[in-house]
Amino acid sequence: MEWETVIGLEIHAQLATQSKIFSGASTAYGAEPNTQACAIDLGLPGVLPVLNREAARMAVMFGLAIGADVAHRSVFARKNYFYPDLPKGYQISQYELPVVQKGQLTIDLEDGTSKVIGITRAHLEEDAGKSLHEDFHGLSGIDLNRAGTPLLEIVSEPDLRSAKEAVAYMKKLHQMVVYLGICDGNMQEGSFRCDANISVRRKGDPKFGTRAEIKNLNSFRFVERAIEFEIERQIDLIESGGKVVQETRLYDPDQGETRSMRGKEEANDYRYFPDPDLLPLVLDDEFIAAARASLPELPDGKKQRFVEQYGLSSYDAEVLTASRELGDYYEATVAALGGEPKLCANWVMGDLAAFLNKDNRDIGQSPVSAVQLAGLLRRIQDQTISGKIAKEVFEALWAGEGDADAIIEKRGLKQITDTSAIEKVIDDVIAANPEQLAQYRAGKDKLFGFFVGQVMKLSKGKANPQQVNELLAEKLKG
Amino acid sequence: MNSSSPTAMHDKTIAQLSASLAAGEFSSEELTRVFLARIEQFNPGLNAFITVTAEPALAQARAADQRRRQGEAGPLAGVPIAHKDIFCTNGVRTSCGSRMLDRFIAPYDATVVEKLNAAGVVMLGKTNMDEFAMGSSNETSFYGPVRNPWDLDAVPGGSSGGSAAAVAARLTPGATGTDTGGSIRQPAALCGITGIKPTYGRVSRWGMIAYASSLDQGGPMARTAEDCALLLGAMAGFDPRDSTSVDRPVPDYVALLDQPLAGLKIGLPKEYFGEGLDSEVARVVEAAIAEYRKLGAETVDISLPNSQLAIPAYYVIAPAECSSNLARFDGVRYGHRCENPKDLLDLYTRSRAEGFGAEVTRRILVGTFALSAGYYDAYYLKAQQIRRLISDDFRRAFAQVDVIAGPTSPTVAFNIGEKVDDPITMYLSDIYTIAVNLAGLPGLSLPVGFVGQRPVGLQLIGNYFAEDRLLNVAHRYQQVTDWHQRVPAGF
Amino acid sequence: MSLGPAEVAKIAHLARLAIREKDAPAYARNLSAILDLVAQMNAVDTTGVAPMAHPLDMAQRLRADEVAEPNQRKHFQAIAPRVEAGLYLVPKVIE
Repeated sequence: MEWETVIGLEIHAQLATQSKIFSGASTAYGAEPNTQACAIDLGLPGVLPVLNREAARMAVMFGLAIGADVAHRSVFARKNYFYPDLPKGYQISQYELPVVQKGQLTIDLEDGTSKVIGITRAHLEEDAGKSLHEDFHGLSGIDLNRAGTPLLEIVSEPDLRSAKEAVAYMKKLHQMVVYLGICDGNMQEGSFRCDANISVRRKGDPKFGTRAEIKNLNSFRFVERAIEFEIERQIDLIESGGKVVQETRLYDPDQGETRSMRGKEEANDYRYFPDPDLLPLVLDDEFIAAARASLPELPDGKKQRFVEQYGLSSYDAEVLTASRELGDYYEATVAALGGEPKLCANWVMGDLAAFLNKDNRDIGQSPVSAVQLAGLLRRIQDQTISGKIAKEVFEALWAGEGDADAIIEKRGLKQITDTSAIEKVIDDVIAANPEQLAQYRAGKDKLFGFFVGQVMKLSKGKANPQQVNELLAEKLKG
Repeated sequence: MNSSSPTAMHDKTIAQLSASLAAGEFSSEELTRVFLARIEQFNPGLNAFITVTAEPALAQARAADQRRRQGEAGPLAGVPIAHKDIFCTNGVRTSCGSRMLDRFIAPYDATVVEKLNAAGVVMLGKTNMDEFAMGSSNETSFYGPVRNPWDLDAVPGGSSGGSAAAVAARLTPGATGTDTGGSIRQPAALCGITGIKPTYGRVSRWGMIAYASSLDQGGPMARTAEDCALLLGAMAGFDPRDSTSVDRPVPDYVALLDQPLAGLKIGLPKEYFGEGLDSEVARVVEAAIAEYRKLGAETVDISLPNSQLAIPAYYVIAPAECSSNLARFDGVRYGHRCENPKDLLDLYTRSRAEGFGAEVTRRILVGTFALSAGYYDAYYLKAQQIRRLISDDFRRAFAQVDVIAGPTSPTVAFNIGEKVDDPITMYLSDIYTIAVNLAGLPGLSLPVGFVGQRPVGLQLIGNYFAEDRLLNVAHRYQQVTDWHQRVPAGF
Repeated sequence: MSLGPAEVAKIAHLARLAIREKDAPAYARNLSAILDLVAQMNAVDTTGVAPMAHPLDMAQRLRADEVAEPNQRKHFQAIAPRVEAGLYLVPKVIE
């Protein structure tokens, strides 16, 4: 029996505005409970919403970036339900007429092919508050700081066919919203949340199976595992004669399973209707053109340009354009160096990345600037130091000991390129190791490496390796 | 009373009080004390006030007197008014006539309150109203019914019944009201005073507790059109806190009161003079219209063919919007909370059941039903389509006429308790006023006579933002008649 | 349109209103009467008529993205039924 999985993802991205979507309270993360919940966010009697221009602009940017139609006229609707973290008893969202309509995102699969995933729509809505379940005499505590934070809900077509595709789509989307500067992408803080709709069907069956919704997956790893678990659960269920129930489930990462949500079994009747406190959002050509003009270079375009402009491999270009900051850093390094894109790529993806990972920093927090790195690479380029010594210099750069030149000077790391100086060292090494010399001349070629090592050791690593190889080879010949 | 004796302070209009205060005839503090004393004397019999803010009023009065001494007093400075208890008043209970908000101390001021405060008024207190503005008789209030000063067995109308009764009984020279389906105009008519519901968007709804968001408007209630012009001038204006507020300059309503009526075309919809209209009321209204002809106006017979659909459409749209607007009353952040809720569901259902009265409950249920799955198209969508038809009727009419006139209410005030058992009969008393809210047009009611002891009101409907015209048309009538000067016996 | 106590119970639950069993028939009658009144809307054919959500043909105004609200927690929580540690307390939310 061959099964096919059908997955659609609904992603809620918190928009990185200063203030809330319908009020002037701050959206900053981590404040004391209810210190950023103004009258509007609390749903006091008599309060009214007014739309944040920046939220609208960010939504439009997203729509343009995914090649979607941006609606010139969209409408806010009330989604009515009761929950303590929803102060008005309704969420202001968009229903029949969302601000962003059909678009798409291309994802790269593991086998090197790419797939276009349809995006049905994206709309603006307000976030709810938070429930804290620590015991307050058997009660829950409600913090409404988050209530009113702008969200962009992005709904994919059910085009995804595996957990891996779902994760690839989610990562691509995550990269996109961070690139656009409309979302900080911080999944631990809840800036980027994913709900997955999963169903299975027999291969070839044109109808969709009943789907279950898995809510609030807040890491790529969880998304992959939750989907995989759910697929198996549904297949097992059907194969053993059962039926998949349309329901909402939560993923439990500790148990590694999805569970039905208690108390939410009844289908909610949200009674959507246009919010009478808000007027239709009308975006003219000027507004949309201004948003378009402010679009940064997008990931796919940047990657392609890196391949063409810097002669990088597709893989390298992908790594270097993973974030705008990293791409900018790389380009600044090449510019400061005046060339050598491959050398720069190796160092950014190699040593720099390693040090960043070790310290759990991202490129924005690198203590070594692009200009400083270029300064180091220049000294490799002009043979002042060897690649190996450069690693030592880099470590000192990272520790904040100054620029490359200052470090090289202070530590006396200049490469020895004077032929006679190197010859002298070689002579000394050969003189000190007669046995090995005899063995080498007798045919033990492997010992070449030994002699190189000794020369490097005696010269404290500073002898130019290429010259050492050449001169040593000659001298050993005898 | 000897007609040459000076008018008592409480009998003066706002315009007269403004002049007297400016002339130093008395201070605002003295004036305020007069009204506070009258409230203390007469309110127990009328129940027009829910909250009386005596000490703060005197403080405001003294502050106004001080400003006057410094030469900084505008026309409304030191004038006492009352606010319908639907407007949030910072630090003062704002009950909306409901047990749900019986102990709710508003933590901020409505824009209307702010603006009138800035004009220097003195707030005497908060007036009684139908619960959450849902009613046409002020009988659904948690605080008990209000009595009509003209006949204590009669209702004052609703939902702004407290404001209307208070003005009619001269417990306050003016008051604010709100109007969603007639709640300023109908009580004004039943209490023999003047009231105007402005164009939708003319007055800010910030801080005005919402009943039906696309229909609600706040407006002034006083004895004369001139007084309403003074108050409206202070209340109206663009408010960036209200997305439905219109950015349009506020005309000087007072300056525009005296325009001559010659050539004014008054439309008389045949639907407003047919079945359902009490014949005595009809006679009084016809006499008023005759007076307008004498003033130089020309009457034109018109038709508003979809008039009959206004009530059905309203009783879908208003309940639908209110069912959503009132969802915030859940006992969590403010308002009534039931004792010892056993779980979340109990907290919600019991707090709300205890907090809301029967009429509010009915309308929430109807509204919830109208929006629920499978019924949206047949009810809510259909009602919004009818709304369009009704607006189009008015649009066509205003191509032919300048204002539309008719009775405000099909009957005079009915007796307290007479209609409470049959909500539908109650709903039908809004037959002439409701369409105006659906279209968002301005509407005014002015007193034009009596049937027995009970007042009759004439409704004037204007085109969008024609409040100045309505006030002018009402004012000219009040210059040649004295219905607006009549005083209910014993007050 | 006629509604019975069972339908009323469903609607009441959606609206989170506790209706006493003895009141349900009266509410059912009232609601049915209102719905009969409302059914008069069907007297006219509205095919092709654009629904009117707002009286005025206006577009939504956009507000500048600025933090304009100070922390007023103490002020707002002074009127709250139950707060602790700055949080609004409710019976346990089960998830």
